[in-house]
Amino acid sequence: MISIEPMSFALAAFTAIASGLVGSFALMRRMTLAGDALSHVALPGIGLALMYSYNPILGGALTLLVGVVIVWKVEHLSHLNTEAIIGVLFALSLAIGALTFKEAHELVETLFGGITPVTSNEFFLGSIVAALVIWFILKNRHALVLTLISKELAKTTGISTPRLQFYFLVVFAMTVILGMKFLGVLLMGSLIIVPAATARNIAKNLHSMLAISSGTALVSVLSGIVISQTYGFQLGPIIIIIASFFFVLTFVFNVLKSGHA
Amino acid sequence: MNENEKKILEVKNLTVKLDQQVVIDNLSFDVTEGEYLTIIGPNGSGKTTLFRALIGTVRHQGTIRWAPDAVIGYVPQKLDIERNVPLSLSDFLKSKTAVSNLEKYLELVYLPRALLNQPLGSLSGGEFQRALVAFALIGNTNFLLFDEPTAGVDKPSEEQIFETLHRLQDEKGLTIITISHDLDVVNRYADKVLCLNKRNICYGTPEEALRTETLAELYGSEHHKFFHHHHDIH
Repeated sequence: MISIEPMSFALAAFTAIASGLVGSFALMRRMTLAGDALSHVALPGIGLALMYSYNPILGGALTLLVGVVIVWKVEHLSHLNTEAIIGVLFALSLAIGALTFKEAHELVETLFGGITPVTSNEFFLGSIVAALVIWFILKNRHALVLTLISKELAKTTGISTPRLQFYFLVVFAMTVILGMKFLGVLLMGSLIIVPAATARNIAKNLHSMLAISSGTALVSVLSGIVISQTYGFQLGPIIIIIASFFFVLTFVFNVLKSGHA
Repeated sequence: MNENEKKILEVKNLTVKLDQQVVIDNLSFDVTEGEYLTIIGPNGSGKTTLFRALIGTVRHQGTIRWAPDAVIGYVPQKLDIERNVPLSLSDFLKSKTAVSNLEKYLELVYLPRALLNQPLGSLSGGEFQRALVAFALIGNTNFLLFDEPTAGVDKPSEEQIFETLHRLQDEKGLTIITISHDLDVVNRYADKVLCLNKRNICYGTPEEALRTETLAELYGSEHHKFFHHHHDIH
């Protein structure tokens, strides 16, 4: 028997669109790894918040903000080995995060998510955050394109790349928070990246990239919810499997097409 | 300098250090509106760094003063674009400002409008270089900084680009600074030449500035190679 809360369903849909949009630029900016590391930084925050009986989302948001500052700083220190630092940040937050959890089921839920009914407060707050993310990406899409092509060209048109990158990371972190409830920390990074990677297989321009990416995320999340409710599967893994299926499909399509060209 | 001519750029005692090394040493020059200035100098003489200082992407000491109405277009020497980035030429050009008449800018640089919907990664080196020029011209650009216009462009395209620049200079009063290796081009188009090797070696009209002894000072032993290169072409 399927009984899906309309508010959960709607918020999941908003989250999917937001992560498809954010993911498009995260992928083009080659920050897949940084993005993944960033989403894991939420883990220790959630664990500590649970330990001290605070709101786990708030705890996660707090450590995410710290993660944003670290990733942003690291991106601007060109003489450092960025990949190594991000890799260590990733592993360290996972390790510290795992230690802070006393209850194994809480850890699993934080890592993998699940669909639990959202309260009306969560729905409104979540919708506002999703709307902010979607608005930011759409409004700044041209500036984001320019900064990823050349910081110097961006500078001559009056765009401050470091500032825009900081805002982008904040928006990225907000998207991770949005998805934490449905997909968990571990899989939210994948919902940001996999639909974007799918879109890049077949997109020819910016707008098709954004549309295909958010469309793939939306279809994956909504059909994932229906399948998980119908067959009793875990929600997060189902969503990522569906999204990955689209990735494989477009990848094969792309290979076949370029093979004939 | 004529009193009526308006200074659009004033550089005074400019010094730039990169990693504790002095790359530009106490450089001063002015550019008046509508002027075509070419900067020449050997590799590593600070030419590109000077441009970066002018657009404000490297720290500097000294003064760089732009006229308040200067709208700068910058054409970098080279830009590496990831080949499979899902952006079309139109996405790139539109990223500067919302313009409806992109075709007009393509015509200026002799690019077919069919390229607008092509992915950036599919453009040839020469096409992309011309796209960068179009990008720099979009909007109300009245000051063009052009780093090595000849890099990656074949000879006929290069001629076309210079013709376009020259025409824009005449028609719209565009002010231009280029970095060049090609003395032939310098002699043909430039109003002024600045020879740079960390510091100002010579400055003036091509006839005044490009004397054999200044070139020898500028390029040192490379001087010979430089002219050989040109004999080969002609």
